[in-house]
Amino acid sequence: MNTITIPDEMELVYSKPETITDTPLHYCPGCTHGVIHRVLMEVVNEMGIAEQTVGVAPVGCSVFAYNYMNIDMQEAAHGRASAVATGIRRVLPEKYVFSYQGDGDLAAIGTAETIHSVNRGENILIVFVNNGIYGMTGGQMAPTTLLGMVTSTTPFGREQSAMGYPIKMTDLVAQLPGAYYVTRQAAYTAATVRKLKKAIEKAFQFQTRKKGTCFIEVVSNCPSGWKMTPIEANDWLEKNMLPMYPLGDLKVPKE
Amino acid sequence: MYQFQYDSTPKLMKGNEALAEAALRAGMQGYFGYPITPQSEVLEYLTEHAPKRKNVVVLQAESEVASINMIYGAAGAGARVMTSSSSPGISLMQEGISYIASAELPCLLVNVQRGGPGLGTIQPSQADYFQATKGGGHGDYHLFVLAPSSVQEMAEHVFLGFHIAEKYRMPSLVLADGALGQMLEKVLLPKDGSLPYAEKSWATTGKTKDRERNIITSLHIDPNKMEMINLQLQDKYRKLKQEIRFEEINTKDADIILVAYGLTARICQKAMDLAKEKGIQVGVVRPITLYPFPYEILSTLAEKASAFLTVEMNAGQMVEDVRLAINGKRPVFFKGRMGGIIPNPEEILLEIETIAEKQQLKNIYA
Amino acid sequence: MIRGTVHIETEICKGCELCIAACPQDSLALSSNINRKGYRYVELVQDNCTGCVNCALVCPDSAITVFRQSKSAVRKIVSASV
Repeated sequence: MNTITIPDEMELVYSKPETITDTPLHYCPGCTHGVIHRVLMEVVNEMGIAEQTVGVAPVGCSVFAYNYMNIDMQEAAHGRASAVATGIRRVLPEKYVFSYQGDGDLAAIGTAETIHSVNRGENILIVFVNNGIYGMTGGQMAPTTLLGMVTSTTPFGREQSAMGYPIKMTDLVAQLPGAYYVTRQAAYTAATVRKLKKAIEKAFQFQTRKKGTCFIEVVSNCPSGWKMTPIEANDWLEKNMLPMYPLGDLKVPKE
Repeated sequence: MYQFQYDSTPKLMKGNEALAEAALRAGMQGYFGYPITPQSEVLEYLTEHAPKRKNVVVLQAESEVASINMIYGAAGAGARVMTSSSSPGISLMQEGISYIASAELPCLLVNVQRGGPGLGTIQPSQADYFQATKGGGHGDYHLFVLAPSSVQEMAEHVFLGFHIAEKYRMPSLVLADGALGQMLEKVLLPKDGSLPYAEKSWATTGKTKDRERNIITSLHIDPNKMEMINLQLQDKYRKLKQEIRFEEINTKDADIILVAYGLTARICQKAMDLAKEKGIQVGVVRPITLYPFPYEILSTLAEKASAFLTVEMNAGQMVEDVRLAINGKRPVFFKGRMGGIIPNPEEILLEIETIAEKQQLKNIYA
Repeated sequence: MIRGTVHIETEICKGCELCIAACPQDSLALSSNINRKGYRYVELVQDNCTGCVNCALVCPDSAITVFRQSKSAVRKIVSASV
């Protein structure tokens, strides 16, 4: 990393945490994966738990998350990140373990692992990045794709009669008794990023209580898959994704 | 070669139970599995007996797919872990096994085979030989495959499997069958705690300041890197050849060599005795490691013996490896039963007699 | 008004412009130059940054480091104006 000199009479108020590596991110311009990675690692850094944290990367755009997070990590098979995280946490019960998964990974191929990990109340944090599309494979329909939304496999828009409905995994998961803290956040404005960070902080703190699974959905964008500029994508997210996936807590533990 | 240390007194146990007890004695730290006949006793035994020990995780997962990925996570975190299943369940695990082999994670897998294909039958079979020894999942990889033929070996192979898995950083597979799993026999169990833990500096246990971060992955986008990983794996499999194990019975003066593993090897011994009564000199070679396969001993025996007969509970799988070993020097015959049927010594004897006639061994077939 | 400034790692900036949209002071704009990856990168174009951090928060590539007048410097200004 280039050394940055602090200007005269100034102090540093924000820089990327040392838990983020200097490897340039492979994500498309404006993709919120980078923001979510950084916020996660900021929390790990500020809580001083980098030595006690093990992360699990999924299959999808964030398959290379381990290149950017400067902690011990495992890369899971498609959809199985929460099972892998379960294996890690069960044999290292005092560590902080999180999985980082996209909507295709968590809500399609990995639905069973997701539901059962949460239902067992695994003491892990599941970060669910929902942008309603398969980004890595080129913008195909995801289980969370909105009705009418155009993707490369729904060229005329997602039709309910043929493709069913967008699945609200976070709402489903919140019903399970093993879920301890369930919230839906976003990362497309400074205010939503600040709230997301608070949610992640809580989730890591809750892990030490060993009371169940913490589940954070982050409603995200995909400028390339949605075929928009990053700014257009964030506007579209606010107008279209948020009415279907409203932000806020779905399950909060009684303190 | 790994040296076992044993208890002083034998026990009477079912194969599946001996295997489960051996896992606890071998210092297994995690078991993740899903019930399937004919191996459910493994999970049942462990859920009952593991709580008596410290720090042993036993978890009934929601599927075999979840089990194998829990194994991936826990093995990657440095724990000594095991899963067991039967044929259809092992098929479900293949993707995960490929990832484990590529990420070079040590673990022990157990397949108590049943008849297939499809849902098949719950009766014993050896029809997963190809799957076990040639890869099974996608990509170029192998498992260290052990074929027990007794309850004693069901226990021993757990120790050996863990030992080799950790020595070479690869998955080991115990390829048993439903009969061995259910069979009640005398067993001298390996001593509790007699398998030391390997050093695992690569495990994801939390990045300390004195080292770089550890990453468990099987993804290498750069083809040059991916080829390098493949070359490393192939190099490992070459080194693994020093672990080849087999048993030879009466091969010295044998005219016909029976080649069989696991349960069928025991039946072949009986057929060998029956043939002797008829004046035919028969020997048995029992491969104990199916991968790496004992090609050399078969090739050596082909110099003297006049014919080979492979006996399996399948349509002819190991026989291909036997033919590779013999390399056309002698005829290699095959006798197989399928669908969960165990061949009996008399039908094997019939094959032996036919071969003896074909090979004009009538002078001794008096 | 508290003064701030930003340092932008121009070589990793992808010119997504999210920071430009997030800046309440309109201090940032796309440069007419391009970096080695071929992106027009973001630069500070006005001397009115307050160091509010919004740009850095939304930057997906962690390209922005933010500085703000130190407390001692602020104290100096305040005491001078009294």
